[in-house]
Amino acid sequence: MEYEPVIGLEVHVQLKTRTKVFCGCSTEYGASPNTQVCPVCLGFPGVLPVLNCLALEYSIKVGLALNCTVQEFTKFDRKHYYYPDLPKNLQISQYDLPISKDGFLEVTVDGKSRKVKIRRAHLEEDAGKLIHEDNFSLVDFNRTGQPLLEIVTEPDIFSPEEAYEYLTNLKSIIQYLEVSDCDMEKGTLRCDANISVRPKGQTGLGTKSEIKNLNSFKAVRDSLVYEIERHIETINNGEKIVQETRLWDDKKGRTVSMRSKEEAKDYRYFPEPDLPPFIISKEKIEGIKKTIPELPKEKILRFMREYGLPEYDTKILVSTKENADYAEKRLKAFPDKDKKPVANWIIGPLASIAANLKCEIYQIKIPANNFIELINLVEKKQVISNLTGKAVLEKMAGMPEKSAAKIIEEENLAQVSDEASLEKEIDAVIKTNPKVAEDVKSGKTNSIMFLVGQVMKKTRGKANPKVVQEILKRRLV
Amino acid sequence: MALSPETLKYVADLSRIELTPQELEKLSQQLQTILGFIDQLSRVDIAGIEPTSHILQLSNVLREDNPKASLPIEKTLANAPQKKDNFFVVPKVIE
Ligand SMILES: [Zn+2]
Repeated sequence: MEYEPVIGLEVHVQLKTRTKVFCGCSTEYGASPNTQVCPVCLGFPGVLPVLNCLALEYSIKVGLALNCTVQEFTKFDRKHYYYPDLPKNLQISQYDLPISKDGFLEVTVDGKSRKVKIRRAHLEEDAGKLIHEDNFSLVDFNRTGQPLLEIVTEPDIFSPEEAYEYLTNLKSIIQYLEVSDCDMEKGTLRCDANISVRPKGQTGLGTKSEIKNLNSFKAVRDSLVYEIERHIETINNGEKIVQETRLWDDKKGRTVSMRSKEEAKDYRYFPEPDLPPFIISKEKIEGIKKTIPELPKEKILRFMREYGLPEYDTKILVSTKENADYAEKRLKAFPDKDKKPVANWIIGPLASIAANLKCEIYQIKIPANNFIELINLVEKKQVISNLTGKAVLEKMAGMPEKSAAKIIEEENLAQVSDEASLEKEIDAVIKTNPKVAEDVKSGKTNSIMFLVGQVMKKTRGKANPKVVQEILKRRLV
Repeated sequence: MALSPETLKYVADLSRIELTPQELEKLSQQLQTILGFIDQLSRVDIAGIEPTSHILQLSNVLREDNPKASLPIEKTLANAPQKKDNFFVVPKVIE
């Protein structure tokens, strides 16, 4: 029988506010343990939490960007469970009236687009951090009470690839909104996945497992691939899937059962008596809507339309808001109608320089006009070859105030197109490679590229390869 | 509404409270009385009445996102039964 997977994702995003969600403690990362805590976030008796207005605003913003209905009336509830990282023995969360619900996020896999349904996005407080030693555990409550937005999809994702795409798009949108860093390594974005399989064509849901300990989008995809196989194999062996939580082991590439006493989850939610409800006016929602910038999907379409770029290039250019702004400035500065060379130079040489420097493209401070000048010198005026151009760009990244022309002049890099001065080098190359020269003469014209390469090497990349090829052709063909 | 000993035991477990058979018996009766009051409430006709999510007529109580001083570490850890460096120490729990 053929099976299809059904996946749902729960994503927790830490909102980038300066203070915690219900108290004034700082949220700064990396502080010494238990130095960013107060009676409110430690859950002392008699304290009163008060909601951070920015956390509410950010939550609404994300809800709107995810095409959700932002509810006019929202409230908080207590979720009860015991764990040493939760000082109050309850978490302030939202149960039946989340800030936003019923949204969607468009994903494109293999050229096909569909809308993944989002069930809800609610605001809650984060728990502390546990460090396990041999015989005891250490608790740091600095993270306790930091604002978390939990974004839950419907079981409406049908392949690991789609899950990956959903997460990539979600992260990109939230980063564009500038409400979270979405850094999985720092834990400002966390993801759990629910997965079940069912015979293809059936509408009901199979027994699901929940996967935790996912520390990258790739881990989400890989763990889903693994779980789908495990589910199908279990069913084919005539066994039953057990509803359980499983941990992803990234090194071994498999999930393992948590084997905890799976007590039924009974959180005994009830309305948080310390927080009166929130009424969100239409004006407030409209006001926040106006602050939403152009989002990645719209930007991709506009870049394709305005700059005539292919979708592939555009997607890379707009991966983050900063990179998109950086690219757009350079696209605009390039006078030609055909902007492809600019896109090529950004996603090719510039991106590889950024990768080597372990930074983002936008952090390379070459001014737009210098960057455009270099492209002109290579692509149009052919003053230097492509290869030399890349070397010049690398130099420019190190000293952004220096223009491309200046570097070329100082280092005597200008391309030699003058035939007379190239003849000598070409003669020498033909002499030292008589067999290849014979091959070319006898019709193996492909071998000419080897000779061109030798001339380039001898001139340290300065020879104009087109001119060299022409001379060689004249001599040998 | 009758309260079974199993239900009471379940509620106690959820709250991490250990009860002796005598305590179970005693609390069972007390809780039974409380549930009796709730029973009376549930006989009130509430058709057409909005659910109460808060007893005060308050809404939108918010604060600005301005940092305030946190507790000094000595105070934070003052009542901790066990501490190490700046951490609280608890029995090892791994889920
Ligand atoms: Zn606090």
